[in-house]
Amino acid sequence: MQPSAGYQEIEHTADWELHVWAPDLPALLEQAARGTYALMAACLQSSPRQSRRFEIDYQDRESLLVSFLAELLLLYELENLGFDTFNLQIEGERLIANVSGAPLESIAKEIKAVTYHNLVIRETALGLEANVVFDV
Amino acid sequence: MVDFNDLKEINRFEWEIPQSFRSDMRVPVRIFATRQLLSEIMGDKSLEQAINAATLPGLVGHVVVMPDMHQGYGFPIGGVAATQLPDGVISPGAIGYDINCGVRLLASQIPFEAASPYLSDLASALNHFCPSGVGTKGHIRLNDKELDQVCREGSRWALKNGYASEADLRRTEEGGVLEGADPSQISHHAKERGRSQIGTLGAGNHFIEVDLVDQIFDPQAAQVMGLQENHLVVMIHCGSRGFGHQICTDYVKDFQSAVRRYDIHLPDRELVCAPLDSPEGKAYLAAMRGAANYAFANRQVLAHYARKAFEQTLAGKVSNWHLHQVYDIAHNMGKIENHTVAGKTLRVCVHRKGATRAFGPGFEGLPEEFRPIGQPVLVPGSMGTASWVLVGTQGSMERSFGSTCHGAGRRMSRSQAKKSIWGEELRSELERRGIQVRTGSLPGLAEEAPQAYKDVDAVVDTVVNAGIAHKVARLKPVAVIKG
Repeated sequence: MQPSAGYQEIEHTADWELHVWAPDLPALLEQAARGTYALMAACLQSSPRQSRRFEIDYQDRESLLVSFLAELLLLYELENLGFDTFNLQIEGERLIANVSGAPLESIAKEIKAVTYHNLVIRETALGLEANVVFDV
Repeated sequence: MVDFNDLKEINRFEWEIPQSFRSDMRVPVRIFATRQLLSEIMGDKSLEQAINAATLPGLVGHVVVMPDMHQGYGFPIGGVAATQLPDGVISPGAIGYDINCGVRLLASQIPFEAASPYLSDLASALNHFCPSGVGTKGHIRLNDKELDQVCREGSRWALKNGYASEADLRRTEEGGVLEGADPSQISHHAKERGRSQIGTLGAGNHFIEVDLVDQIFDPQAAQVMGLQENHLVVMIHCGSRGFGHQICTDYVKDFQSAVRRYDIHLPDRELVCAPLDSPEGKAYLAAMRGAANYAFANRQVLAHYARKAFEQTLAGKVSNWHLHQVYDIAHNMGKIENHTVAGKTLRVCVHRKGATRAFGPGFEGLPEEFRPIGQPVLVPGSMGTASWVLVGTQGSMERSFGSTCHGAGRRMSRSQAKKSIWGEELRSELERRGIQVRTGSLPGLAEEAPQAYKDVDAVVDTVVNAGIAHKVARLKPVAVIKG
C-alpha cells in the first residue's frame, strides 16, 4: 500500500523529474524538498544544527512549490545548508517556513533550476500530487 | 503523440509539421532529421514541445528543430525560434537556464605522439587548474564592482585582467561581449551565486577535453583555423553557472505574471514570455546579456588556465606548447539579428536552445580570415566519441535562421544510464581506449556515457546533407575532465 506521503523519481531524457504526493499542501512541499535532496544524494553533517525562517507570498500553488524549492537550492548554494526538518504553515497566500538542518557533507548532483514544466498540483482521493521537472 | 502521418516530407533530411496541425500554432515546425533519427526522436516529447513553442506570439518563419533534439522542460533542446521586433516576445525558457552555455576550441602545434607520454600529467594538470564538480569554487572571487564589470564587458574584462589576448576576443562570437547588458536588472541572489564561480566548469555534461584532429574534410578551412591532423586541440564546454541559472529562474518567475498582464496564453508555463518592447522584456534581455557576458568571461578564464596546464606539463618537452583560439560559440542564447523571411528582411530575436549560430560566408561580424569560409561551429559529441568542427553556410541563413545543431543530443534518461552503466567500468573502458579520464563523480560519468547520446556522426551528416553546415574536421578525445 502506498504511503500517504512520498516521492519517486520519474524517467526524463535529459533532466530529472520527481513525482510527489501528500495529504495537503504543506506536506506536499515537504515531500518535494525531501525528494529534491534525495535526487541530489545530499548528505547532511551531524552538526552544527542550523535553522532558517523565510516567507513566500504566492499567487498559485505551483508557483509556491517552485519558489519554495528554489529557496532551498539557494540556501544550498550560498550557505551549503540542507534541511531535514520542516515546519511549514500556510496563512492566506503566504507560506511561513521554519526549516532546520545542517551543513552539507556532500552532494552527488547539482540542480540548476526548478522548472514550471507540466507542473500542475492535482487533487487526488488522498490529498495532492504533482510532477516537478528540474534542469540539471 | 506526433507520428510520420502528421509530417510532410520536404526531402530525406527535412520535414515539416504544418501550422494546421494544431489550432494554436502560429507557424509550422521545420525538422532537420533523417527518418531513422526521427524515429528515435518520436520516443520522447520533443516534437510536442516544438509544437508548443510554435504558439509563442510574434513568431516568424517556422520553429526549427535540429537532429540532436530531445525533450527539455518546455522548449525542446535543439530548438530555434525567431520572434519579430518590436513586439514579438522574448522567452527565457526558450534560451535556457544555462544562458550562453557554449563551446570554445583551442588548437596547438603539438603532434599527438610528442604529447602522448605526458597525457596523464596533462589531464591531472587540467583537472587541477580548471575546477569542476558540484559545489566547486574558482580561483577568483569577484567583488560587486568586478562582477558588474564582468556583466557589462564579458571577455573584455578578461582581457583587461590578463586572462585573454586580443586574438582570443576576435575569435569569440560577438567579440566575447553582448552590448546592452545591465547589472541593475540582475538580482542580488544571482550575483551572490556568481561571484565565486568564474573560472569553473560546473558538473553535469560540462567538460574540458583534449582531442586530436582525427580527420580533415576541408583543408582550406582547417588551415585558416590552424587545425592540423593528428595535433592536439582543447575543447571547453560550459556556461554561466549559477549566475545564469538564477537569472533565468528569476525571470521565469517574473514572467508568470507578465503573461497575464499582456494576455498571452501558452500551453506550458515554462514558455512564459513578454513583448520585447515591454519593460519586462527589456529587463530580461539586459539581464540575459549580463549572463552571456559572464559565460564568455568564464570560458576565457578556463582557457587561460588550460594554457597554464599545458605550459606546466609540456614546456621543455615539446617545441611549442601554446594554444591558440579557433573560436568560441554559444548554443543557449537570444540574439537580435536580421533575417530574410518570405523575401523581406526582418529584425528578429532568435532564440537558440541547444542550437548553434552558423552564419555563412560573407558575414561582416566574423574575423576577416573567416569571412570567406563561414563561421566556425563547434559540436561536442558524447564522451569518448567524436566531436566536430563545422562551418556555417548560406543554406543555414536561408533555412534555419543561421543555425545548426549543437551536440549529440541525449536519447537515454539519466536514471536509466546510471542503472545500466557502471561509472567505474566506463572509466576503465575509456582508459583502455587510450582516453585519460578525470572525474569527481562516477555516477555522473555514467550519466554522460556515450550510449546515453545519439550518434553524433549521424547528427552531423544530417545537418551537412541538409545544407545548414559544412564539415571541416573530426576530433577524437584523448583526455576528458568532468565534474
